[in-house]
Amino acid sequence: MSRNRREENDSAAPLNVIGKPFRKVDARAKCVGQTKFADDIVLPRMLSCKILRSHLPHALIKNIDTTKALALPGVLAVITGKDLPIPYGILPVSQDEHALCIDKVRFIGDPVAAVAAVDEDVAFDAMNLIEVEYEPLPTISTIEEAVLIDEPRIHDYGDSGNVHKKVSLEFGDVEEGFSEADLIREDVFFYEGNTHLPMEQHSAVAHFDSDEKITLWSSTQTPHYVHRALAKVLGLAASHIRVIATPNGGGFGGKSDPFNHEVIVCKLAMLTGRPVKVTLTREEVFYCHRGRHPVLMKIKTGVKNDGAITGMHFQTYLDGGAYGSYGVASTFYTGALQTVTYDVPRYKFQGLRAFTNKPPCGPKRGHGTPQPRYGLEVHIDKIAEQLKLDPAAMRRQHLVAPNTTTANYLRIGSMGLGACIDKVVEGSDWKNRFSDWDRDNRKLPFGKGIGIACSSYICGAGLPIYWNNMPQSGVQLRLDRQGGVCVMCGSTDIGQGSDSILAYIVAEILGIDPFDVRVVTADTDLTPVDLGSYSSRVTLMTGNAAIQAAERARELLVIAVAEKLEVPVENVSLAERRVFDVENPERGVSFAEAVVLAESKFGTIGTVGSYSPPRSPGKFKGSGVGPSPAYSYSAAVAEIDVDPDTGIVVVERVWIAHDIGKSINPMLVMGQVEGSVYMGLGEILMEEMVYRSNRNVVHKFPSMLEYKSPTTMEMCDVKTYLIEDPDPNGPFGAKEVGQGPLLPIPPAVANAVYDAVGVRIDEVPITPEKVLKALREKEKGRVGRYGPDSVPTVDWPDPLRILTPSEGGDGREMPHVAVHS
Amino acid sequence: MKQKSHITFMLNAEQVEVAFAPHKTLLEVLREDLNLTGTKHGCELGECGTCAVLVDGRSILSCLMLGLDAEGRSVKTIEGMATGAELHPLQQTFADTGAAQCGYCSPGFLLVAEELLAKNPKPSRPEIQEALSGNLCRCTGYIKIYEAVELAAARMRGEEAELPRESVYGLE
Repeated sequence: MSRNRREENDSAAPLNVIGKPFRKVDARAKCVGQTKFADDIVLPRMLSCKILRSHLPHALIKNIDTTKALALPGVLAVITGKDLPIPYGILPVSQDEHALCIDKVRFIGDPVAAVAAVDEDVAFDAMNLIEVEYEPLPTISTIEEAVLIDEPRIHDYGDSGNVHKKVSLEFGDVEEGFSEADLIREDVFFYEGNTHLPMEQHSAVAHFDSDEKITLWSSTQTPHYVHRALAKVLGLAASHIRVIATPNGGGFGGKSDPFNHEVIVCKLAMLTGRPVKVTLTREEVFYCHRGRHPVLMKIKTGVKNDGAITGMHFQTYLDGGAYGSYGVASTFYTGALQTVTYDVPRYKFQGLRAFTNKPPCGPKRGHGTPQPRYGLEVHIDKIAEQLKLDPAAMRRQHLVAPNTTTANYLRIGSMGLGACIDKVVEGSDWKNRFSDWDRDNRKLPFGKGIGIACSSYICGAGLPIYWNNMPQSGVQLRLDRQGGVCVMCGSTDIGQGSDSILAYIVAEILGIDPFDVRVVTADTDLTPVDLGSYSSRVTLMTGNAAIQAAERARELLVIAVAEKLEVPVENVSLAERRVFDVENPERGVSFAEAVVLAESKFGTIGTVGSYSPPRSPGKFKGSGVGPSPAYSYSAAVAEIDVDPDTGIVVVERVWIAHDIGKSINPMLVMGQVEGSVYMGLGEILMEEMVYRSNRNVVHKFPSMLEYKSPTTMEMCDVKTYLIEDPDPNGPFGAKEVGQGPLLPIPPAVANAVYDAVGVRIDEVPITPEKVLKALREKEKGRVGRYGPDSVPTVDWPDPLRILTPSEGGDGREMPHVAVHS
Repeated sequence: MKQKSHITFMLNAEQVEVAFAPHKTLLEVLREDLNLTGTKHGCELGECGTCAVLVDGRSILSCLMLGLDAEGRSVKTIEGMATGAELHPLQQTFADTGAAQCGYCSPGFLLVAEELLAKNPKPSRPEIQEALSGNLCRCTGYIKIYEAVELAAARMRGEEAELPRESVYGLE
């Protein structure tokens, strides 16, 4: 009776919770000021920590003198790199960070020393008394410099010089694809980096108790990975470390790495025997970063006259900043998902990640995919213009079929992109408003434009970050004899509603109210491991694990009640806090009585559920990035206004359709779609992490005042459509929504700018200056375009060659000898 | 030792006295000396609106006001918005309609919205946008916040109102 997927069974039974707009289980606490974020935690005798950070972008540390700081009254401890010598990092292949730099700093903001003192003022004063002697080194500030300049190396590992990683994969023979094409087009794009800007600054509190166990409360999206990193760096048994992720005041990927400040407060708590808190300043949050990689892209695509793709060669160049972070995964992600929207029969991907002396880049909402998606969708738009095809219809005509495997071995399940395109085309009145590439017979006045783009995103990664055969998500359920239900899971609520998803699913299966369920999450002592809130994995993976745990508990209740009622187990149903005979619904017991019957019969009632994604058909090196149990799809049309005198772009309205599979809670899905549109809007119009390359690689504006993000005055109207095409791998058919709907927004706006004023802005963000420059070029009779023209010359390794599934490939790379023979 | 200042003011309709270092902002006094951590901090320079509280009924940024300046004033924080156990209509609609995602900016938005509705019981959408333009939210795209304000305003006017169907389920 254990049933992992609810969708096919009980299809006749009406759903009482799933699909209904319940409020979130933690929403009221957030609206009355009761929710305890990390910085709201205050413990007796708690010390305050401040971290001294490098003011140089690249330098050797010659000496650190902490004498004056230690002598300041109220200072309890000062630590430096030699106190925490063990390196760590989120990926096993990039263990390149130290909690405090030991011999070298690699960007402005790199941590050098830390203080614990009685209050923040004393800690701050002590921090300023630490004397560091540096020997400056030449800096690497751009991708181009990193490719050209091998010495000095920022790190002593990586593929070469200052190149962290080079990837080269070829699925089928792309040259053969180009030879079959009617048109071959090449474009170069640049997507500037930007940051998460969560409203809550990172904060952490550590408490070391007299039994030598340490507890860390932290605003982290990944308590399990923090737990592992702490065990490694602190040299403590993992069983003596407890990590509790506090509710995150926004994450967006920015709280997914184990961070130096988390390690530092643990060490300071161990040294002082007192609780220690650190809360980063907003400036420090900009240096933590791990945000969107700047990506330079070159795309070459061959198409038939009807727009069918015959082959694609995609190159990406990522500016990784000073550390590895998730960067190797990010690099693969810039090449992974091009194949899951439109059919790409042959595909070649080359990706390079550079080290530069800037804050490290990592995962931000859409992790590594918004940049190539922007490039691809603008590139497709340009192809449609050359072929004189409607860009919406052309996309619609060449979609990947559901239940197929792509050239790069991604297995597609449900695929609702066609329905998404239909909705936004109809809703936006596309056919009566798009220019049809005819500038002389426009349907909208000059300056008004409309653009379309599509996208897809994973619902969790097929593989965990560190290799293992264990589930990616675990859920434990405890039923007590008073009728209480407690669901425990390592997942972390970062505002997306993951705590609520657990309650809704358990309540649905046990026939109770979601607000009857006690949810305990993100506590490594109490909850089974869930890998964390990233990769849009939580609803699908914890949802399936919760279904399994709840089904197992339900089975125990059903057996006990069936015995009591003397009816077959098939006749027992659970609804409205009762367990009853479906044929005589008045014959039954309350839910609490059912638990008593079950506990009397079986002993204490506790069940577990877990989830492991299906195995990917890809077996080649690098096939770990891209596979997912399911893919969500989105299509968007943006309607904009461009002022040709100022270059200012105003996005007036976005129509967006998202293939959610099945909404566990439509109201929360709507919120994720709207929030994604908002964040995409910020990326395309204004947000950028920029540095003064010639002035010491200093961040131009590490503050909320100067780093512009959309306010209510810039946010556009959003018309949302939810497409429900249940995916067999999703809980109740559900797919992700937290990240995917961001992806079509930047290219839809870029395409609309072209429709409005006839210039291509091939660089994100589209600022007024860039629009004006392109317009002036056009006025002078030159190409009306702003963007990069070339990519660096790179000595690429021979690609791994993999036959595509349609060529009879088995997902393994072909031996090199065969390729060269 | 530092010289602490000692002031008296009305906080959430109760008289309080508190001693603190005189350079502290009202935000710090509320969070650190009065343990009211419902008021949040986001930017440290008066840009994000997260620390908004009501002083004599007007929204101010508590990160830009010295605690000393609260002497004799009436301050309302998120902890004082409900009436006993009864949530303010805005708190109910923010919670019930998904206007609070991570919830970190919610206290600031709620108090600014309360000030708006006290002055203008039937604000238009542009008036709501204008009133909330000093508050940043990174989660919602603001739309669920507008809808929550509109719904609460309607209910406070005595109307029986619910969210439009398309706000909950999307367009047909």
